[in-house]
Amino acid sequence: MSTKNYLNADYGFRSWLTTLDHKRIALLYLLSITFFFFIGGAFAVAIRLELMTPQGDLVQSETYNKLFTMHGLMMIFFFLVPSIPAVLGNFLLPLMLGAKDLAFPRLNLLSWYVYTIGGLFTLWAVVFGGVDTGWTFYTPYSSTYANTNVIAAALGIFITGFSSILTGLNFIVTIHKMRAPGLTWFRLPLFVWAHYATSLIMVLGTPVLAITILLVAVERLFRVGIFDPALGGDPLLFQHLFWFYSHPAVYIMILPGMGVISELIACFSRKRVFGYGFVAYSSLAIAVLGFFVWGHHMFVSSQSMYAGLVFSILSFLVAIPSAVKIFNWTATLYKGSISFQTPMLYALGFIGLFTIGGLTGLFLATLAVDVHVHDTYFVVAHFHYVMVGGMLMAYLGGLHFWWPKMTGRMYPEGLAKFAAVVIFLGFNLTFFPQFLLGYLGMPRRYHVYPEEFQVLNVMSSAGASILGLGYLIPMSYFAWSLRWGKRAEKNPWGAKGLEWEVPSPPTTFNFDTTPTVTEEAYDYGPKPEPGEVAHV
Amino acid sequence: MWQNLPLFPDSASTLAGKVDGLYFYLIGVSVFFTLLIAGLLVVFSLRYRRKSDDDRPEPIEGSIVLELTWTIIPLLLSLVMFGWGAWLFFQEHQAPGGAMDVYVTGKQWMWKIQHPTGQREINELHVPVGRPVRLTMTSEDVIHSFFIPAFRMKKDVVPGRYTEAWFEATEEGTYHLFCAEYCGTKHSQMIGSVTVMSPSAYEAWLDGEPVASDPIAAGAALWEGLRCGTCHTADESRGPSLAGRYGTEVQLDGGKQVLFDEEYIRESILRPRAKISLGYRPLMPTYESQLTGDDLAHLVQYVRSLSEDKTP
Amino acid sequence: MSDALHGDHTPGLAHHFEDFEQQNESASLGMWAFLVTEVMFFGGLFLGYALYRTDYPEAFAAASHELSVAWGAFNTVVLIGSSLTMALAVRAAQLGQPKSIVRYIVLTLLLGIGFLGVKSIEYAAKFEHHLIPGPHFLWGGEGGPQVELFFGFYFCMTGLHALHMLIGMALMGVVVVRARRGAYTPTNHIGVEMLGLYWHFVDLVWIFLFPMLYLIGRHAG
Repeated sequence: MSTKNYLNADYGFRSWLTTLDHKRIALLYLLSITFFFFIGGAFAVAIRLELMTPQGDLVQSETYNKLFTMHGLMMIFFFLVPSIPAVLGNFLLPLMLGAKDLAFPRLNLLSWYVYTIGGLFTLWAVVFGGVDTGWTFYTPYSSTYANTNVIAAALGIFITGFSSILTGLNFIVTIHKMRAPGLTWFRLPLFVWAHYATSLIMVLGTPVLAITILLVAVERLFRVGIFDPALGGDPLLFQHLFWFYSHPAVYIMILPGMGVISELIACFSRKRVFGYGFVAYSSLAIAVLGFFVWGHHMFVSSQSMYAGLVFSILSFLVAIPSAVKIFNWTATLYKGSISFQTPMLYALGFIGLFTIGGLTGLFLATLAVDVHVHDTYFVVAHFHYVMVGGMLMAYLGGLHFWWPKMTGRMYPEGLAKFAAVVIFLGFNLTFFPQFLLGYLGMPRRYHVYPEEFQVLNVMSSAGASILGLGYLIPMSYFAWSLRWGKRAEKNPWGAKGLEWEVPSPPTTFNFDTTPTVTEEAYDYGPKPEPGEVAHV
Repeated sequence: MWQNLPLFPDSASTLAGKVDGLYFYLIGVSVFFTLLIAGLLVVFSLRYRRKSDDDRPEPIEGSIVLELTWTIIPLLLSLVMFGWGAWLFFQEHQAPGGAMDVYVTGKQWMWKIQHPTGQREINELHVPVGRPVRLTMTSEDVIHSFFIPAFRMKKDVVPGRYTEAWFEATEEGTYHLFCAEYCGTKHSQMIGSVTVMSPSAYEAWLDGEPVASDPIAAGAALWEGLRCGTCHTADESRGPSLAGRYGTEVQLDGGKQVLFDEEYIRESILRPRAKISLGYRPLMPTYESQLTGDDLAHLVQYVRSLSEDKTP
Repeated sequence: MSDALHGDHTPGLAHHFEDFEQQNESASLGMWAFLVTEVMFFGGLFLGYALYRTDYPEAFAAASHELSVAWGAFNTVVLIGSSLTMALAVRAAQLGQPKSIVRYIVLTLLLGIGFLGVKSIEYAAKFEHHLIPGPHFLWGGEGGPQVELFFGFYFCMTGLHALHMLIGMALMGVVVVRARRGAYTPTNHIGVEMLGLYWHFVDLVWIFLFPMLYLIGRHAG
C-alpha cells in the first residue's frame, strides 16, 4: 500500500529541482553533500597513501600541497558546515515544531542552489589547476605568492557562504515564529535548541569570512596591500579576520551534532535528557563564548602576550558548556532503559570520542603547551577527533535514526552495527597515532618527513583504509534500502517527538491539522502509550 | 624508545622539562575523565540495558548539585591548566640576561642564520650548551615558523616585522629544526638541524667558520645609508650620541634605567618608542621594515663598535 | 489526506503560515536578521579601514582630498531624500493607496539612479586621474602604496554599497509591478515594509561612508 507522501507526491526532475518542500530540499542536500564528502574523502585517501613513506614518492610537492588544501576546503565548507543543518535540520525542524514548512521555503531552495553552485565552482577551481594555500589561506602566501586558483576557490567559498547565512536566517525565524500552540521554548527538543544556537553563529560569523576572502581576492587582483607587508599591509589582520569566523565555524559544525546526540540518548534510554535546561543553555553559551576565542589559533603568531592570556582563559571557559553536555548525557543513561540499535552505538561512540577530542582541545588552549604542538599533527588529531569522531558520527547516527522517517524504509540493522564498529576502530587507529606524532614534533602539511615518524604514519594510514571502507558500507546499504529495505512504520523506535506522530515518510504538508502540544519534551511516562513501543 | 618508533621527543632545553610536566598533568586529567566517562557509559549501558519492550525507567529531571559539581570541578582544573601554562608562557617571553643574540631570516625555502660575530649558517644552528640564546627573526617573503621540537619552542617568522624567541639548551646533541607554518611548495623541505656543543667546542667552531664580510664595516655602510648620524650627533641636540655608551647605564624617561647592550641597541632600532632616553622626545622612527636580519645584526655590531674601548 | 488545508488558501497568505500576523512577523524578523548579517559584512571592511587609517593618517588624508566633497554631499542629500520617498511609499501602503505606492517608489528609484549616476562620474574621474588600484595606479606624492590602499578600500566600500543599491532598485521594480496588480492592502503590505527597511539600511551605510571616506582632515585649521 502506497499512500501519498512527499516522495511520491510528484515525479520528475522538475518537481524536485523546483520544490519548495523542506523535506525534498533536505534530500537534495543529502545528494550534494554526499557527493562533496566523497571528493574530500578521495583527497584524504591520496594524502594517507603518500604519507605511508617518508619520501615524496607518490606525488610531487606541489600536488601534495593541493591535496591537503582541497581536502580541507571540501570537508569543511561543503560537508562539515552544512551537513546536519541542511539535511537533518531542514527535514526535521518544521516537523519538530508542528509546522508545515520552514518560514521561507523559497529561500531554502535558493540556499541549496547557492550551495551546489558554490561547490561546483570550487570544484572547478580544484580540478583545473587546484589550490595550494591550505584551507586557511594565510597571507601573504595566498594574496601574493601562490600561483594557483586562489581567487576561484575564494569566490566559490564566498558563494557557498550565502547558503549558510540563508539557512541560518530561515531557522531563526522558523523557531521564533512557527512553533505549534503549546510548544514553548522549554518544551522544544534539544535538537531545536542546538540548531537555534548554530543559526546565530551562521548569521553573525559567515559575513566576516565573506568579506575577508573577498579582500584576499581583491588584493590578488589589484595588488592593493591590505594583507601583504611588502605593500604596507598586515598579515596578522588577515589572521584575526579569518579566525573570527573560522573559530565559531567549528561550533557551527559541532552544535547540530550535539543536538542529534541529545535526541538519540533520550530515545534509546527512554528518558528525558538529564538537566534539560542546562543542556539547552549550554548550546547558547557555546555560541556566544565561541566568538571570543579566535586568538587561540595565533598564540605564536606574534600577537601580544597579553592577548594570548585573554584568549587562553576564554578558550577554557568555552570548553565548560561542552563538558556539561557530556556529563548530562552520561547521567541520562543512569536508571534508563537502554537499547543498542545503530543510532545509539553512534551516540555512545560520539560521547567517548568527543570527550577525547574536547580534552585535547584543552592542551591547545594551554599557552605553553600550544607553543610546542601548534601546527603539528597534534592539532590535526584534535580536530579530527571532534569533527570525525564527533560530528561525523553524530551525522551518521542521525541519518540512521531518521532514515525510516525520511525514506519510509529501514536500513539493515545487523550490517549497520557492524559498520559502526568498523568505523569506530578504523577512526581510532587513524588518528590516535597522530597525537604522538604531534608531540614528537611532526609539523602539519608536510609532504616529506623524517624517517623516525614512519611507523606511526603507517599505522595512521592503515586505520584510514579501514575507516574509508567503513564509510562505504552505510553508503551502500542506504542506497540499497531505498528499494529493498523493510518498510518503516510511523514510530519504529518508540520515540517521543512530533516528527514520530506523522507517517513514515510524511505527507507534503506534514500535519493534517496543526498539533497542540501539552507535554514536556521527552515525556516518556511511566507506561508506554500505544504506538510508542519500539519494534526494532 | 625504539629507534624506529619514538614515542616521546628529546628534552634538551631548560623549558622542555617544564612544558612536559604540564603536558603530563593534562594527560592525567584527560585520561581520568576519559576513563570516567567511558567507564560510566559501559557500566550504565550494561546495568540498565532494556529488559523488555515496554520497559519504562523512572524519569529523573536533573540535579542542581550535580550540575554545579561538574561545572565547578572542570573549571578549577582548567584554571590550573591556564595558570600553569600562562606562567610558563611568560617565561618563554622573557629571555634571561646575558643572552646571546642570533639573527634568523626565513625565506622560501631556507633558514639563514647569523651569529653576532658574523658567522653565517644555512639551515643549521650551532649553539653552546647552558647559555641562553635569543633569536631575532624575520621573513623575506611569506610567513614561516621556526620550530625546534626538542626545545619545545616555536615562533612565527613574519615578513615586515621582527619576532623574538629564546631558549637555553641543556643537552649536547643534534636536534630537528622545522618550518612550522605552511609556506609553499617546499615547506616540508625547509628543515635543518640545531647542534648543541660545549662552550669550548662552540668557540672552536666559531673560529673555524669563515666570516663572509666584516659585520662592522657592513654596519657602518648601513649607518651612512640610513643617515642615523643626522640625529645621533656629537652635540646631542636631536638624539643621544652613541659613542662610548656600550656597557653603561642609560637614564630613561620615567625614572628607570637600562643597560646599553646588544638587546637595547636592537630594540631601539626596531621599537624606538619602547624606551625613551631622558630628556629626548620620541621622534625616532622604526627601521623594522627596512632591515633584513643580516642588516640588523651588522648595524647592532657597528653601534657596539662605537665604544671601541669597551668591547672585549 | 484532506486537500482542504492546501487547496483554498487566502490569496497573499503562504500555505505554511497560519495567518497574516505570523507571515508578517516572520518576514520582519527575517529582514532584521538579514540586516544584522549585512552589518557584520560591512563591519569587517570598516574595521580594516579604521585600522589602516590609524596607521597611515597622512596618506589617507591626502587620498581623501582627491574625492569631491561637493559630489559626496550631494549624493548624501539624494540618498536621504530617497529614504524619505521610500518612507512615504510605506505610508501609502499602510493607507491602501497603490497609486501613491507606485509614485513614491518610482521617485525613490529615480533618486537612486541619480546617486549611481553621480558615482559613475566620480569613478570616471578616478580613472582619469589614475587612482584605480592596480597596474595603472599613479601617485605623484609620498605614500603611494598607502594612497592606493585607501582607494582599494574606497572602491570596495562604495562598490559593495552600490551593488546593494542595485539590488534594492531591482526589488523596487518588483514592488512596483506588484503594487499595480493590487497585491498590497493595508493589512498586508509586508513586501513594501521590508523593502523600506532594506533601503534605509543602505542609506545608513552611506551615512557612515561619506564622512569616513570624504571628510578626513577637512576640518578648519
